[in-house]
Amino acid sequence: MALSAGNLNIGDTYKECLVEDLKRTQLVQYSGASGDYNPLHTDEIFTTQVAGYPSVFAHGMLTMGMTGRMLTNYVGDGRLKAFGVRFTSQVWPGDTLHSTATVEEVTVEDDQPVVKLKVETTNQDGKVVVSGYASARVDT
Amino acid sequence: MAIDRFPVEASHIMMFARSVADANPIYYDEDYAAATEPGRIIAPPTFAQSSAQFDPDYFLRPKIGEPWFGSGKEATGIKRDRSGGGGGGGGGGGLHAEQHFEYHRHIGPGDVLSATVKPGKTWEKQSKRAGKLVFSETVTEYRDQNGELVITARGVGVRTERPVDQ
Repeated sequence: MALSAGNLNIGDTYKECLVEDLKRTQLVQYSGASGDYNPLHTDEIFTTQVAGYPSVFAHGMLTMGMTGRMLTNYVGDGRLKAFGVRFTSQVWPGDTLHSTATVEEVTVEDDQPVVKLKVETTNQDGKVVVSGYASARVDT
Repeated sequence: MAIDRFPVEASHIMMFARSVADANPIYYDEDYAAATEPGRIIAPPTFAQSSAQFDPDYFLRPKIGEPWFGSGKEATGIKRDRSGGGGGGGGGGGLHAEQHFEYHRHIGPGDVLSATVKPGKTWEKQSKRAGKLVFSETVTEYRDQNGELVITARGVGVRTERPVDQ
């Protein structure tokens, strides 16, 4: 399961489809689990009539959470040391998202081999919705 | 702002993993988890964000007996002064701009966390799509039942002058 430093090359990529045709119900699910009940994510009437957006949209943290799933599937469970993102564009119901991790560096921190990854999640139009980085412990 | 007690619970982890569409059994199956490297159920990487559930003052959760800005009979439960000019991104206002986590140890059921939240930098930027943007940073330190730092989280929120153009 775990990655080995010896088998990693700069520029290696790992890609996953995070979601196809994102449903409003998943936004409700994420609101309930995370505790973020901002109506912008679940209340179409408020969001269109008061906030002035074309529809409800995903929590940034939902997209980050799904992006995290791609990462843990790649680096293994309990291996992440850091994970950070910028939310560069909104994600809407109906969107299909893909996420890619790219190896930028294989290094050693505290006597442990570590991989540094560039992380990018894009929508069906190729627009970047989440852009960030991660680092994870790997085997030698 | 602080969270005194954030008990990490198996059912909460399971629901959180479902909500991010992660079917990994390490998030719900004790027997499976026992045979993995962590050796027990652990929380998904962004789970700490759900500490909002344990923040008594969290402003994005409806409170019993208090007005709520989502729709009911009207499109919003809180009337705003419309003559105020400009003001605050149309309701809701704040958006999440950045989030960063550093993991010092991976948490799981049985851990009881507490968190302190410190304000960080604030800065402004002009944007074509949403007018003036005001960014503000917070740093949250999650500690376990032994007082050990387990996760450092840094979030950046942004208030927009108007809804973001699509």
